[in-house]
Formats: sequence, C-alpha cells, structure tokens
Amino acid sequence: MSAQPIQVREFHPRVQAALNNPQIRSNFRRAMDGLMTKRTAAFAGWDLETLRELGAAVRLRALSRLPELLEQLEANLVQQGVQVHWAETGEQACEIIRDICQARGAKSVIKGKSMVTEEMELNHYLEAAGIEALESDLGEYIVQLAEETPSHIIMPAIHKNTDEISELMHEKTGTRRSHDVDYLTASARQQLREKFMRADVGISGVNFAVAETGTLCLVENEGNGRLTTTAPPCHIAVTGIEKVVEKLEDVTPLLALLTRSATGQHITTYFNMISSPRKAAEKDGPEAVHLVLVDSGRSNIYQDQELLDTLRCIRCGACMNHCPVYTRVGGHAYGTTYPGPIGKILMPHLLGLEDTRDLPSASTLCGACGEVCPVKIPIPKLLQRLRKEAVDGDSLQPSRVAGHGIKRRWLESLVWSGWTRMHASPGLYRFAGRMMGRLRGLMPSKLGAWTRYRSAPKPAAKTLHQLMQERSVKSQAVKQESKG
Amino acid sequence: MNQARQNILKRLRDGRQQGFAVPTSDFAVVRERNWTAAEKLDLFQQKIESVHGEVHRVAAERWIQELIRLLAEKKLGNLLVSDIKAHGLELREQWHESLPPLLAYDRKIESWKEQLFTQVDAAVTGCRGAIAETGSLILWPDEDEPRLMSLVPPVHFVLLQADQIYSTFIEAMAEQGWATQGMPTNALLISGPSKTADIEQTLAYGVHGPKELVVLVLE
Amino acid sequence: MMSDALKVYPAKPEKVYFYATCLVDLFFPDAGLAGVQLLEREGIEVIFPQNQTCCGQPAYSSGYNDQAREVILPQLELFPEDYPIVVPSGSCGGMMRKHYPELFAGTPQQARAEAIAARTWELTDFLLQVCQIKLEDQGQPVKVAMHTSCSARREMGVAEVGPKLLGQLAQVELVEQARPAECCGFGGTFAVRHPEISAAMVQDKAQALLDAGAEQFVTTDCGCMMNIAGYAEKQGLPLKGQHIVSFLWDRLQAKDGGAA
Repeated sequence: MSAQPIQVREFHPRVQAALNNPQIRSNFRRAMDGLMTKRTAAFAGWDLETLRELGAAVRLRALSRLPELLEQLEANLVQQGVQVHWAETGEQACEIIRDICQARGAKSVIKGKSMVTEEMELNHYLEAAGIEALESDLGEYIVQLAEETPSHIIMPAIHKNTDEISELMHEKTGTRRSHDVDYLTASARQQLREKFMRADVGISGVNFAVAETGTLCLVENEGNGRLTTTAPPCHIAVTGIEKVVEKLEDVTPLLALLTRSATGQHITTYFNMISSPRKAAEKDGPEAVHLVLVDSGRSNIYQDQELLDTLRCIRCGACMNHCPVYTRVGGHAYGTTYPGPIGKILMPHLLGLEDTRDLPSASTLCGACGEVCPVKIPIPKLLQRLRKEAVDGDSLQPSRVAGHGIKRRWLESLVWSGWTRMHASPGLYRFAGRMMGRLRGLMPSKLGAWTRYRSAPKPAAKTLHQLMQERSVKSQAVKQESKG
Repeated sequence: MNQARQNILKRLRDGRQQGFAVPTSDFAVVRERNWTAAEKLDLFQQKIESVHGEVHRVAAERWIQELIRLLAEKKLGNLLVSDIKAHGLELREQWHESLPPLLAYDRKIESWKEQLFTQVDAAVTGCRGAIAETGSLILWPDEDEPRLMSLVPPVHFVLLQADQIYSTFIEAMAEQGWATQGMPTNALLISGPSKTADIEQTLAYGVHGPKELVVLVLE
Repeated sequence: MMSDALKVYPAKPEKVYFYATCLVDLFFPDAGLAGVQLLEREGIEVIFPQNQTCCGQPAYSSGYNDQAREVILPQLELFPEDYPIVVPSGSCGGMMRKHYPELFAGTPQQARAEAIAARTWELTDFLLQVCQIKLEDQGQPVKVAMHTSCSARREMGVAEVGPKLLGQLAQVELVEQARPAECCGFGGTFAVRHPEISAAMVQDKAQALLDAGAEQFVTTDCGCMMNIAGYAEKQGLPLKGQHIVSFLWDRLQAKDGGAA
C-alpha cells in the first residue's frame, strides 16, 4: 500500500497538471498564507536576525567538526547501550533496518515521521521483505492510505482537504464520511493505537543528534513519535549524518528556530530526548535502540565549500511555505522527496542533475526562501551554482555535481554566444538597438512562451543611447552658441 | 558495515575544507531574560493555555482536593499514580473508597500493555520544573513514573512547584546540569496536549497522546 | 541579504555615472531619461557612458558565467572616476553590487569589480537617501500601487524607498496590494523556461494590484513592469504600469505640459 516512485524528470507535465487543478492551487495558497502569517507572529519580539545568526553558527560549527562529532556521538551512544550503524547509501540503510527487524522476527513496524526514510523508500523495501510498515503521523498515515508521497516535509497531506480525507478514510478504513476533523482524528487514533500496541519495531527520524551527551532529539506535536520510540520493544532511529550538533545547549536556538519557522509554534507539544534503551529497573521503553547514520550523498556535498551550506538545513519547510513557485504547484510537482527550494538544492546531490535537470531553473531567484531560512542557507546562491553546473557554465569553477552539463545544448549555447557577441561589443549593441527602433513595426507579436500569456514588448523608437547622444549634441551646440 | 563507517569518515576528513571559518556562538539571544518569579508563572500559564493546556493554581496543601474536584468534573473513572514517589504516597494516604480507583504502574509494560492502552482514564505525575518562555513542562520519566504514563492515558495531570519555573530552556538545562551529569534514558518537554493540524490545518487534540493536559501549580 | 545597516551612503556628489540597463535602453528609454532629469534637477551632472550595454545578468542567472564575464569585462572600463554609479533597476543594480565581486573573485578584475560594486546604487534609493529629494506634486489625484522588485527588496534593501517617495506626492494615494512582497513571476529567463508557473504568478500579482483599487502600478524594475503590464494588456485588464521614476518625473511637470 505504498506509493509508486514518481518519475522525477517529468517536471513540466506535472507542473501543468498541478496548475490546472484549482483544488491544489487553493489548498496550497490558503495553507501557505496561514503558515507565513503564523511564522511572522511567532517571531514577534525576537531579535530574529541575531537568532538566525546563532542558528547558522551552531550548524556551521557542527559541520566544521562533523567526522569528530559523529565519532563522539557514536562513542557516547554505544556506551549508553545504543547500537550505531553506518550506511553509505539508502539501500544499505534499508538492508540494515531489514536485518534488525528479521533478527527479531519482526512482522510489523510502526513509523514516526522521518524524511530520510522517505528518501530511501524504506516502506517499499520492508514490504518487499514481508514486513508491514505503517506510518503513524496523521499526515503520513493519510498519504500512505492514498498511496501517495508527502507533498510537504512538515505537513505531508497538505494537498488534501477534509472532503478528500474523509472519502479516503471511508474507502480504506470504513469510517463514516464526515467533515468533523475531531471525528476523523479520533478514528485514526483508534486504528493506530491498536498498531502501536502490537508493533514489533518502531522507526523514527531524528531532528538533532547531540554528540556531547549522546542524545537523539525528536520534535513533534502528535505523540506518535513518543509512542513509536517507547511502546514497541525495539526502536530504530534513522538520520542523515549532517543532523549532529556538538553540545546539548546547541539545540536551544535550533529548537526555537525550527518550530517557529515551520508552523509558527513557540514550541511543539513534545520535545523528546532519547539517550539509551530501557535500563534494568525501568518499566517501559524499548529494550533495544539502534541509530542508523545515513550518508547517501551528504559526504559528497560536504566536500564543496559552497554547497556544504545545504547541510545546515534543519528541515523546517519555511522555504517552501514562502516560495511562490511551491505555492502554485505544490509538493508533488517536484517529484522529489524534498520539494520546494530546499529540494531544489538538495535533490540534485542525492539523485544527480540528470534526473533533476529542470529543478534549478524553476525559480525566479526572488530570494524569499533565503530571507526566511532559520539557518541562513543562501538558497538563491546555491540555485545559481546548480544552474551553472547544469550547463558547465564556468571555466573558473569546474563542475562537480553528478550529471553536470546535462542542460548544455548546442542550440542554447549558440544563442548565448550570439547574445554575448552582441553585448560584449558596444558598437554592435548600439547598432542593433538603433535597428530595433527603426524596425519596431516589424517586430513579431509572438515571442514564444512569453507571448502565450503577455503582449510582446515594443522596442522604443529611439534608444536611451540615442536620446542621450542627441542631448549631448544639443548641449554642445548650446555651449558653442553661448561662446559665439 | 564497518567499511561504510570508514568510508564515510574518510570522505568527510579528506573533503573537509581548509580554514573552515566557524563564527562564534553567542547564546545571549536565547538566554537573557529578566523575569521575576511572578512574571515567569504568568508567562508559563499564558503560553501553555495558548496551546490548550489547562492550569490551576492551588495552595500546596490543597492540591489533592483540587485533583479530586477535577476528576469528578472530568468524569474520570480511575487514576494512575506512583506508589513510591512522595506525591503518590500522599495521595494514596488521603484517598478513600468513594473516589475513582487508583492504579499503579508497578509492573513492566509487557505484562499490562493492553490494559494501559485501553482502560486507564488519567495519570498524575510530577515534573522537574517548567519553562516560562515556551510554557513547557520538564519531565524525566523514571522507574516510578515510566515514559508511557504521561503519554497513553487520555488525561495527564502534572504537579508543578511554582518556584521551579525557569525562564528559558537553556537556563533550565544549565541549572539542572543536564550536560554535565549525563542524560536520562528519556527526557521530555511537554507543552500542551497532543495535537495535530494535518487535516486541512484544523487543530484537533488528543490524536495520539493525551487529549487533556492539566497542570496543578502548587504555590 | 544586504541590510540597510551595511549601506554607507556617500555625500551628494557633483557627478554620477548613469547605467541605464538594456531593458530601459531598448524598451523604456523614457524611464531612463526621467531618471537622468531627476538627477539633474538635484544639481548633479549625469555621465552616460555610450559604451554601456548589459550588466550580464541574463547569462549569469542562466548559469553561463563565462559569457557573463565576457559581456561585463568591457563594462568594467566604463567608470574610471570615483563617482557613484546609479542604476534604475534593483535587479541590474543587485547584479553589479552583489554578484560582480563573486563573479570576478580571484581574477585580475577582482579589485575593479569590487570597487564598482561598492559604488553602485539603485536610483530611487540614491534620490531619497543621497540627494534627499523633495517632490512637489503637480498632478491630478490618482490611486497607485507599488510593486518593488524582489532584487530591489532583498538584494538592494530598498523596499521602503518607493513608498516614501510616493508619500511626498500630495495627490497620490498609495494603495497596498495583498502579499506585496511576493514575486511577480518574471525572473528573467524563468518566464520562458517555466512559462506556466510564471503565468500563474503574474496572474495573481495583477489581480492583487487590481483588487487593491489601483488605477495604475509603479515599479522599480522594467522586467516586472513588462511582465505585469504585458499580462494585463494581453488579458484586457485595466492596469497600466510605469517605472517609478517616469511616474515621479511626470508628477513634477505642470499639468499644461512641460513633460519631457
């Protein structure tokens, strides 16, 4: 009952479909408007710039010592009884998790929200191995019932309205059709409680992993994260290697930024800090806790001074909430695990530019994402970098992202070299400008994609170059006259 | 997978940028607050009420009467309470048979999971203080008040000493020496009842955890 | 993001360089002329280097940095004296101020690119902050909405400048549209690479401006203007656009003529 993987490359048809769907456009517009307003309100009274500086500094400090902090995190966790695993790829991580489950004879897994497991398509993998994997975050649960993927990293089912969810739950779980969100929520609670009680393994993500104390932190509102990490006898936490922070106090600014940026909450209902499995005298909690550290392209990003800023991300989703493109097309159009601006700068590393070729250009570089990013990732600058990589456009900085040069086409290159010849030669440029003015009556009224929605711009009869030249001649003449 | 570990760490070490510029971290923006005890209590209450938490200020010697009143008001059929901690013993001492029965978390979860999940109406626990700025309760579950106690029953009562409210999270963890003493199996900040907005951004409470969070502030 | 705190405005100079941008040059020279005249009205001599072409942004934002450098190289020669360079565009101004130093870092032109970046000013910002311009409105009452381009807002940090200038005009009522900070969907080559998304964005922007009750809109950037006004024209919406400096200049002229 899991989603089929989407063909990432088919960006344009999906965009078209999304734009033609008024339901999607209004669902996202309304939701994003609300989230932006709430975020602004949540930061009222804060020195936000200073807080963002601190957030960025904390993340950067962690990245500067990433290998050492990962070793420290591992040493502390192991000493506290947590088993630590390393995976170079998503596939490897899936294997590790399957092996843990099979060694325990586990048949059913309950999942807390985890984007990294979406990234590696863990649910498919487990199901293929005969292990049921059920999402327990309400949004993820809905998305799983619909056999879809999340359309937002914080609010997975934001593309659906109550009607659609009611219909879906009715069809798949037999609840009655209802507009009562409390009723729908209570029904889901009931169905999932049963699963929590019986699940053999709980799988969760991690928001911050603290090296200093060996602590895994989870941020959530529903309590499903706590249940996932407490009720089953075994807990497997999965995280990208970049999520580590140095000190426990480092989580305080990140938490303050994360919840306010994401949903405009001053804090989430639960901030859950896990440092060990159940100790001898304790009466609940999992007897076994595992941490799977997933690389999956991250160490490659790390090797580039500019691109490594991508790894600061704390997955708040503010960039998508504020993105005018995301707001129009929604998360599914991107066809990637992480949609929106962060997806555009992260996915090319995880999948290669060949599969994500249309993502870097799908932005006006308006800068709204960079402006709200709680850890000050210069998203527009990184988009720019990936555009360059996509066309191998800079001989001073060789490309290094997999699939670079994929968008370099001879025709487009020819257009740009013509453009360059024209604009690098002032005389030629002025001549062309004059000709455009003279021939303005002959200008085509159709200019490809531009005039599909807009009228064609009309060249002026005289360029500013000409007007300024005439003025200067005139004023020379006036000067000459006054002299004479 | 030791090979994976080696490869990842090697790639990180080999690829690390020279002269990685690390700005200093000045925590003043999350630390410096000048609130009096009264202001902290007011702020705590305001923040937790804003997310649907319920707060009752009560004289320290009257908390049991208040709890009894609330149990009746909320029509709760039973109450899970520690049989070891001081507040649990005090409560048990003052209890009488006409009141809802008291339950104890006196076994490993495996032997009564179903009962805990389906038959317990409410639990009462202590806490290690609270955070004014975010309206958060600090809980370190332990063998006397295990993790699921504050999570599974539909109503969670928490006893908070009024003088144990910190201004900020960073102040609380510093004053309680979290990083230096080592962390417990599980530490929690709880800020209101369980909630979700996953259905069309409409708030609904009690999706997985307690539907009601009731704080008795002992003054 | 450049914040206002980092901007150190120069004293009002005797001379400035005027960098028109190719869009103004070829399609909206009246806006350029208005800008020149506003500067001259402040007693500043305006130097218009005849060898100017384009700031290089179209190539740069498409990832063609080599081509962008090739176009920019001769532009770096245009400003030999230490005068401010004034640009009637947040977008091209942002390119010069923010991206020239990045583009030429580690090249022989680095110092020159940095010097030019430091001397580059968006025209309305320059008029308000450096010239401290005073405007006397001669026009009829009108309701106007302002669209500040994203680069003017976020790269050049001038979001408050336009409204302040319009606020000096007694007969002009500035109406605020919904989501004023949202992009109009132009984005240079974005508009042709992703025409459907761009169209969805400009549709919303035009509607927001109309819903605000604006008879016309003014903007810092001709790119946005071409996009929004071009959309309105094609759809038959009653919404005209004008570069803000053209608008300001027109308002200063007596009703019975005198406009350039």
